[in-house]
Amino acid sequence: MGAINFTGRVLKNLFSKPVTTKYPFEPHVFKERTRGHVENDMDVCVLCGLCQMKCPTGAITVDKKEQTWEIRPFSCIQCRSCVDQCPKKSLSMAQEYQEPGSEKLTKTFPLSDAQKERLAEQARIAAEKAAAAKAAAEAKKKAEAEIKSE
Amino acid sequence: MATRSVVPFGPQHPVLPEPIHIDLVLEDEKVIEAIPSIGFIHRGLEKLVEKKDFQEMVYVAERICGICSFGHGYGYVDAIEHIMSIEVPERAKYLRMILFELSRLHSHLLWLGLLADAFGFESLFMDTWRIREGILDMFEESTGGRVIFSINKVGGVRRDIPDEMLKRFVKKLDEIESEVGVAARAFLEDSAVKTRLCGIGKLTAREAEELGCCGPMLRASGIRRDTRKLGYLAYDDIDFDIIASDVGDSYARTEVRLGEIFQSIDIIRQAVSKLPGGETEAPVKGFPDGEYMTRIEQPRGEACYYVKANGKKFIQRMRVRTPTFANIPALTKILQGCDMADVPIMVVTIDPCISCTER
Repeated sequence: MGAINFTGRVLKNLFSKPVTTKYPFEPHVFKERTRGHVENDMDVCVLCGLCQMKCPTGAITVDKKEQTWEIRPFSCIQCRSCVDQCPKKSLSMAQEYQEPGSEKLTKTFPLSDAQKERLAEQARIAAEKAAAAKAAAEAKKKAEAEIKSE
Repeated sequence: MATRSVVPFGPQHPVLPEPIHIDLVLEDEKVIEAIPSIGFIHRGLEKLVEKKDFQEMVYVAERICGICSFGHGYGYVDAIEHIMSIEVPERAKYLRMILFELSRLHSHLLWLGLLADAFGFESLFMDTWRIREGILDMFEESTGGRVIFSINKVGGVRRDIPDEMLKRFVKKLDEIESEVGVAARAFLEDSAVKTRLCGIGKLTAREAEELGCCGPMLRASGIRRDTRKLGYLAYDDIDFDIIASDVGDSYARTEVRLGEIFQSIDIIRQAVSKLPGGETEAPVKGFPDGEYMTRIEQPRGEACYYVKANGKKFIQRMRVRTPTFANIPALTKILQGCDMADVPIMVVTIDPCISCTER
């Protein structure tokens, strides 16, 4: 009796298509939510450094001086915590898995030129505003001092 | 009197997915005593609480083991939530329960495959793992990971799972249920399989209780005890019976785990039909201060998570007691007096998860 139990399944397997795909010849279709690797849009990133702070493995380094964003893909655990924290939504989770390598590399991404200009412009405006505010505060102090001396 | 000899079993052995070493004291073909030794894959994950803050620690807890990863993440998060008195939204509880039962499904299917492989039924092994692949696909679709889900966080779940997706899963589970039914007949009715399982590794209810067994190992020996009946998550709203058997041999353990597969599918069905709407996470403010111990029912049995915190960013102590650790004494008991050829089957039927045990 025993052997007959599984025969149906065995026959079905013999005459049906394989369950597995022929991977390198047929491209793998990832699910929409698959966490493969982290990508950063260097056109949007403002180098705030939150991702570096929130990364549980310390895989991300943000260099504000050099204006670069670095990731060590072999340390990244694909937890998606940096993507959740990103205030500008420049980080995203790509579906393809991290490619293998023979050494633990560090990937460095410089800011795009347009974004560099944008940030420089913002910094200039902010500096001007700060300078104007400082000048106004000094003028106010002077005026108050003059009133007092009178 | 026959001379005694000691035969080492493991840490590398065809039936073992993970390393455990057992010294078998033999008298001819009979095992007189079994002396286990563990510690091959100790990674010191509990010590990491000193370096990772209490929210990052979830990722570490999940990585204790690849098969029970959801349970470990949930157990840790639940302890922290109790310390911080966080009220988790109902929807998050239901989603966690659905993912937990899916984890149980995939763990039991994996175990069935390993058992089939241990008694040499190669095509049955492949069939159960083919079925399991469907469940891994569900995990990937809903959480983004096949093994490590990273969906638990202190206060709820990080991503909502849409109702339509869950309904699709339930439909898929109907197919899986009928496929498991075919495999179950091969496991339970096949005469060749029965000769390898029936009467092998018998453990009485009294022995199981005294040796502190847990999970399917305990229930197969006739003690009806299931931590899910404590009513954590939303198990109180779900109608389910404890699956148990009074025989206590390897066949009974297979029967109990197969029964739990159908039970888990039923629990998921009920949970999806009762799923409430609303928020999936509660806000978390401040740092945990206090201590708590959580008990949950992992696929392999009862697991305990102890967390102690002192109001700082880093918690002071985390301790996990895993089900396999509780089942190893029973393994040494059932190995006494068995045939050398039956040792692999018995080691597999306790469903050993060594990376949990050693952390």
